[in-house]
Amino acid sequence: MKRADFLKKLQERWPESIQDERNENGLEVPAQAIPEALAYLRDDPETRMNYLDFITAVDYPPDTMHVIYSLYSLDKQHRVQLKVKLDRFHPTLATASHLWTNAEWNEREVYDLFGVVFPGLSDPRRILMPEDWEGHPLRKDYLHPNLASKPD
Amino acid sequence: MQTEDLRDVRTEEFELNMGPQHPSTHGVLRMILKMDGEKVLHCDPIIGYLHRSIEKMAESRTYTQFIPVTDRLDYCTSMTSNYVYVMAVEALGDISPPPRAEYIRVIMSELNRIASHLLWYGTFCLEIGATTPFLYAFRDREKVLDLFEMTCGARLLYNYLRVGGVSRDLPPNFLKEMIDFLDYWEPIIPEYEDLLDQNPIFYNRAQQVGVLTPAHANRFAVSGPSLRASGVSYDVRRADPYSVYKDLKFEVPLGKNGDVFDRYRVRMEEMRQSAAILRQCAELIPSGKFIDLHNWRFTLPAGEVYKHIESPRGDIGCYLVSNGGDKPWRCKFRAPSFVHIQLFRELIKDVLIPDIMAIAASFDIVLPETDR
Repeated sequence: MKRADFLKKLQERWPESIQDERNENGLEVPAQAIPEALAYLRDDPETRMNYLDFITAVDYPPDTMHVIYSLYSLDKQHRVQLKVKLDRFHPTLATASHLWTNAEWNEREVYDLFGVVFPGLSDPRRILMPEDWEGHPLRKDYLHPNLASKPD
Repeated sequence: MQTEDLRDVRTEEFELNMGPQHPSTHGVLRMILKMDGEKVLHCDPIIGYLHRSIEKMAESRTYTQFIPVTDRLDYCTSMTSNYVYVMAVEALGDISPPPRAEYIRVIMSELNRIASHLLWYGTFCLEIGATTPFLYAFRDREKVLDLFEMTCGARLLYNYLRVGGVSRDLPPNFLKEMIDFLDYWEPIIPEYEDLLDQNPIFYNRAQQVGVLTPAHANRFAVSGPSLRASGVSYDVRRADPYSVYKDLKFEVPLGKNGDVFDRYRVRMEEMRQSAAILRQCAELIPSGKFIDLHNWRFTLPAGEVYKHIESPRGDIGCYLVSNGGDKPWRCKFRAPSFVHIQLFRELIKDVLIPDIMAIAASFDIVLPETDR
């Protein structure tokens, strides 16, 4: 399936879905559609996206945060990236860990590095940074503590 | 003690900390094990000890400056980590390398696959208690590293690929040396196999241990030889052919049971396939330019792209975001080992302590790639 076919399928249920202008293999879905849209793409016999490549986020100050899901189908051999736009100050998104088990560590990573909260995640600890670390390092306004205390 | 007394002995589960400094974890992986005697009831892998914020470093370097940092993603296959990043940059910038460079890249990835699988073979055997195979593997891995040294001067961290090609042409006698190596090495693969295949101890250690079913593998997005050992035919070189792989003939070896033994078999077969690919490349490689671009500081149009290739460990990907500047806005690596370590929670369960390392080693995990 091509991107346009995915878009048509998603628009039937979530009319706000649009093409992602920046990524030629990407679609944008509203945040409320997660995780239903992911479950729909996973289980629909035409899409069968049974393989979650990764989940990541991109920070766009001053007020936006994007979360990206890359899905692949081993049976149909097609791939698509879903993008969700969130409020950068209170980024919250429902978990997809009940759909693919590897979503769990991916979501822990996105929380650790970007501060996106996934309610419903069974193990919401940090994963790469130490447990007592402050701040979320991949945010654009993050300043490393060593640099912050340096005089000019 | 009388038998009746033994019945009164109180037993309880206990926690055992394994790592982060452990000789067989290939880096620093920590596992918190819940044990009942010698049986593992639960395993909680803890990662992050090698986190060097590579993705953050990308944001403060130009596209070219970041290439040597990608070497450090996975020190066993620096060429493939170079490759996936360079491919993503080229996709965003609509840059296509000259045909000779494409072949050089494929030669380098396949040589690196051989070097990495040899390293895996040696250390895997060490971890299940066999010392000899390690010596064989490292003797021959040296020869592959010599070929890399000839090409780019480095033996481990190559920094060889460039956006739009490779940093320098193959030395004049390279292809001959490579064929000489293959002529020497291909007859040796059966020797590696004899050391294990004829060994009943190895059979007992590897068969029906750490069984991974296809359904299980999909749920975790396992990739690479570890997935193919379960009988799922997914190889990025086939499913999503990049570079010149669609012109090359090779087989995708598959396993059946998805146990430690099958993962070992699939990797041995893959080495043979890599040798076949290298021989074809030596025949087909055209002459011409090895790089097109001469300006190292360039900007890319705003956009996002996901590119992935088949590394020796699995499906390694790079999600690159550009905002129109000369530095990446965001550069995310999808690391196969990150997925495989997560799998330990379910595979290392109801096994004995010695099986932990057999299972962990059979997935060929590399920690720097996991922690980034």
